[in-house]
Amino acid sequence: MKRRRFDWRGAVLPVAVIAIVQIYVMTSRVKFDNIAAPTAIAAAGWQAVADGTLLQATLQTLGSALGGLAIGTILGLVLGVLFGLWQPLNRAMLLSVEAVRPIPSVALVPVALLIFGFGYRMEILLVAHGTLWPVLIFTRSGVRNVQPRLLEVSRLLGFGLWTRVWKIVLPAALSQIFVGFRIAAALALVIAVTVEISANPLGIGAGLMTAEQTLRPGLMYAFIVWLGLIGWALNAVLLQAQRRLFAP
Amino acid sequence: MRNIVDPAVVPAVPDAPAAAPLIEFRNTSLTLGGRTIIDDVSLRVEKGEFVCLVGASGCGKTTLLRLLAGLLHPTSGAVFYDGKPVVRPRRDIAVVFQDYSNALLPWRTAFDNVALPLEDLPLTKPERRERVLQLLECVGLVGEQKKFPAQLSGGMQQRLQIARCLAQDPVALLMDEPFGALDALTRQSLQDEMQEIMVRSGATIFFVTHDLEEAIYLGDRVIGMRPGRCVTEFAVDIPRPRNQLDTPEHPEFLRLRRALLEFIKGGET
Repeated sequence: MKRRRFDWRGAVLPVAVIAIVQIYVMTSRVKFDNIAAPTAIAAAGWQAVADGTLLQATLQTLGSALGGLAIGTILGLVLGVLFGLWQPLNRAMLLSVEAVRPIPSVALVPVALLIFGFGYRMEILLVAHGTLWPVLIFTRSGVRNVQPRLLEVSRLLGFGLWTRVWKIVLPAALSQIFVGFRIAAALALVIAVTVEISANPLGIGAGLMTAEQTLRPGLMYAFIVWLGLIGWALNAVLLQAQRRLFAP
Repeated sequence: MRNIVDPAVVPAVPDAPAAAPLIEFRNTSLTLGGRTIIDDVSLRVEKGEFVCLVGASGCGKTTLLRLLAGLLHPTSGAVFYDGKPVVRPRRDIAVVFQDYSNALLPWRTAFDNVALPLEDLPLTKPERRERVLQLLECVGLVGEQKKFPAQLSGGMQQRLQIARCLAQDPVALLMDEPFGALDALTRQSLQDEMQEIMVRSGATIFFVTHDLEEAIYLGDRVIGMRPGRCVTEFAVDIPRPRNQLDTPEHPEFLRLRRALLEFIKGGET
């Protein structure tokens, strides 16, 4: 595979912004509590790394996000295959799906709190709920769009349901399922942090809120930058996996 | 398991002529949405026979093949295979489709495509491997075993589909205009390979085509269809092995070609 080289021209704007903010904060006489100098952000970030708060927060957020993503993906996959294969079931469930799906995950925070209280379980539940839908919908359409000729081939070979799904339907739908999974993975991080910011005293979201409430903009921005890096890394890993899996 | 590659193991013609034909359509009719697609067809195919079905497009050739494969069920009458009615697809009836690129598994290599029917058989890995290589050899694709279908030419893809069908070890091989999408030269070489495959595998072949010359070149018998019905049939009395140079000049070939053309033309008026 050809390695794409990093294009340094893309770094011009971020570097310029960082430099301007740095100069602005350093030359201004005002003491800010809403912006921080990049050096201060770096210092606060380093401090958070050194005392372990960043690692702990990251593990909490990623743990909930990935745990919820795993549950949501498995459920979405199973339901998507069932709905895609069996039209009567799909029609019977369509209204329920369309009624529940548009509810924003944050709106369910109070419900999850009533069920589980604060902690990992409510966050995992909400991430699972939010990531279920993209996986379900992409799996369902992928399964429905399997080349009919291939289903005929599997009938002619006398494959049972399980063999048909495992050897024909899932591989044929895999590229679509993966698109749904990538959307779900990005969503998982968003939902986890949202839940932490709005209610759950855990992870990077809660860290962000604490930094804000204690007027430490440096730490707050450090968390935000770190979130950006996690999101970028997650996407890069999935893109790479996609290239490996579906290379022509 | 019968061995496809070694002609010595399996005689091309079954030793004893069976009393019952391998395939029999008995007053078979199919009506779909009030339209009669197949109208009271009766037809027998003996074991080891190469039967070609010709007719204008839309006359029900493919439908007849699908009834025989167990992919469709007749509204009345029945299709018998080996003396028993066909109710569902069976392993020993293989179907080669015209649209080879849709019928192959694009995420599997050539090797793994051929291995598909063998995977639920009680074979060891080396046995399966040997069998797949044997089949790929049989259709001249050994060198391409690691390629994916999309990396193969149309002719190679169709050979691959044929190899996969042979992996089912079929007693009957049903072919639905298998060479219709190929260029003329590829078609000719595949026709010649089909003759060899017929001899080697001893399979009974039910071959649907709209190419009259192909039907005469390959068949022991050519059946002419008019919409919904089998109307005429010709025994092809041309010695085998046939070849692309001499066979088309054989007087019998020319006679049959004229007769079939007249039959097809007659259907248009």
